[in-house]
Amino acid sequence: MSDPLIMQAIARLVPQGARVLDLGCGDGALLAYLQEYKGCTGYGVELDDANVLACVQRGVNVLQLNLDQGLKVFADQSFDVVLQIDTLQHLRNAEVMLRETARVGKIGIVAFPNFAHWFNRLSVLRGRMPVTKRLPYQWYDTPNIRVGTFADFADLACKNDLQVLDAFGLQHGQEVRLWPNLMAGTAVFKLQRR
Amino acid sequence: MRLIATPQSMTFEAPLPLQSGASIRGYSLSYETYGTLNADKSNAVLICHALNASHHVAGVYADQPDNAGWWDNMIGPGKPLDTDRFFVIGVNNLGSCFGSTGPMHVNPDTGRVYGADFPVVAVADWVNAQARLLDALGIEQLAAVMGGSLGGMQALSWTLQYPERMKHAVVVASAPNLNAENIAFNEVARRAIVTDPDFHDGHFYAHGVVPKRGLRIARMIGHITYLSDDVMNEKFGRELRSAVNSATGYKYSTQDVEFQIESYLRYQGDKFSEYFDANTYLLITRALDYFDPARTFGGDLSQALKRAICKFLLVSFTTDWRFSPARSREIVKGLIDNQRDVSYAEIDAPHGHDAFLLDDERYMNVVRAYFGQIANSLGGAA
Repeated sequence: MSDPLIMQAIARLVPQGARVLDLGCGDGALLAYLQEYKGCTGYGVELDDANVLACVQRGVNVLQLNLDQGLKVFADQSFDVVLQIDTLQHLRNAEVMLRETARVGKIGIVAFPNFAHWFNRLSVLRGRMPVTKRLPYQWYDTPNIRVGTFADFADLACKNDLQVLDAFGLQHGQEVRLWPNLMAGTAVFKLQRR
Repeated sequence: MRLIATPQSMTFEAPLPLQSGASIRGYSLSYETYGTLNADKSNAVLICHALNASHHVAGVYADQPDNAGWWDNMIGPGKPLDTDRFFVIGVNNLGSCFGSTGPMHVNPDTGRVYGADFPVVAVADWVNAQARLLDALGIEQLAAVMGGSLGGMQALSWTLQYPERMKHAVVVASAPNLNAENIAFNEVARRAIVTDPDFHDGHFYAHGVVPKRGLRIARMIGHITYLSDDVMNEKFGRELRSAVNSATGYKYSTQDVEFQIESYLRYQGDKFSEYFDANTYLLITRALDYFDPARTFGGDLSQALKRAICKFLLVSFTTDWRFSPARSREIVKGLIDNQRDVSYAEIDAPHGHDAFLLDDERYMNVVRAYFGQIANSLGGAA
């Protein structure tokens, strides 16, 4: 996610000086932003070669690891914040990674495209999978292996005994707190272990 | 224009205490430097070599235009480690057979050739010797120390022995120690050498012979472990060296070279036995076996790595089964446990352990980017 407005919205949730683990950190833009503007330290985890290179070029600590193989290299509660920004839809087992996020981080921040956004609903009502800025792929050619909704994720957090500290939608970089499941293209959750 | 390398040598009279309790004095180290040391001496990078390598890291010799350094693809003007920006030092380790004092040289205490009496040297001893060379060159702190395989072990050891003396460590295709299988391969190689009748308990120089049979076998087994199954199959498969006129093409001989892979291994073994020293092979494989910085911390690598304060880049290769990615990840974990700055690239390359010496765009680009960051932090003072 390189949209600066979304990046800033996520960054607002991260405490100053936090030790951060960014799962699926992409080209490292968010971590670089957090380092520069919020004095954060930490690591990004990324699988893609080009993204790993981009992180090294930015001077962001990046670890080339496959998230589907777990977070074994990270100790319990060793980060203030674990970020999963637009990562969940690429994971084979999102529930395991959610538990791992809560194990490794004191706080987890999860953001993903909300499939229940009214625009997507309309598209499906018309009998078509949506193609939007947040879900820009054709159904037959997409890196996303799942889609989910704001409401679905709230259930999953509850099932895993995670406390939702904050939850809202993002639309055009603005927080959406009224009917986020309907009104926002992006779902954002801030969680911790109960 | 090619980089021209000039081998140099420095002699150290003061005894160097060794891990074994022994010491060595009056030794010399061969080294080469490339590029220019900047005014505040902040752009020096030390390269540590692996088993079969030397101080000749980059460039060619003026009188040997085909004799390129062993990491010439990595280091030189405009290369990933750019000698236009960094001052790079290659040094040959004690006990080697490429110029620094080794078993084929005379022991100043006895006046006789060391042979098998050359003291057992450990990775930490090499690092201490390298540190003395840096002292003599007036380099207080390195921009980076870098090495692959056994060289990576030295780079790692540097960060623990002299944590203040480098800003970065680049550790490629390495491991925090050898596992049993790796020690086993080394032991087969050593037994091949030691049981060669020409070995003469390590004092073969006096007999005017070289235990070439042992060296050949040692090299053959080593070579197998540096390649991947895939690469070997792709390169050689079951191809016959010279098919005879029969239904199968086989010669039906138990001792002739039949398959191309046999021919290749014999060629590599022959070549190696012409230039490598048998005692050096024993010493270097032993140094590999002994390396284990976690040992004095009850096997707790995270505790051992607590002393390291520099920033790290680690690189491993997916098909490397001699120094597998899992071993590099152990180091990464130890550094993460200590909240150290570390980046780790796991390159999906087909070439096995040898990949660390080969051109792979992703590998080269990551190293280039990392050193680019370091160079920028120097403020262009180079």
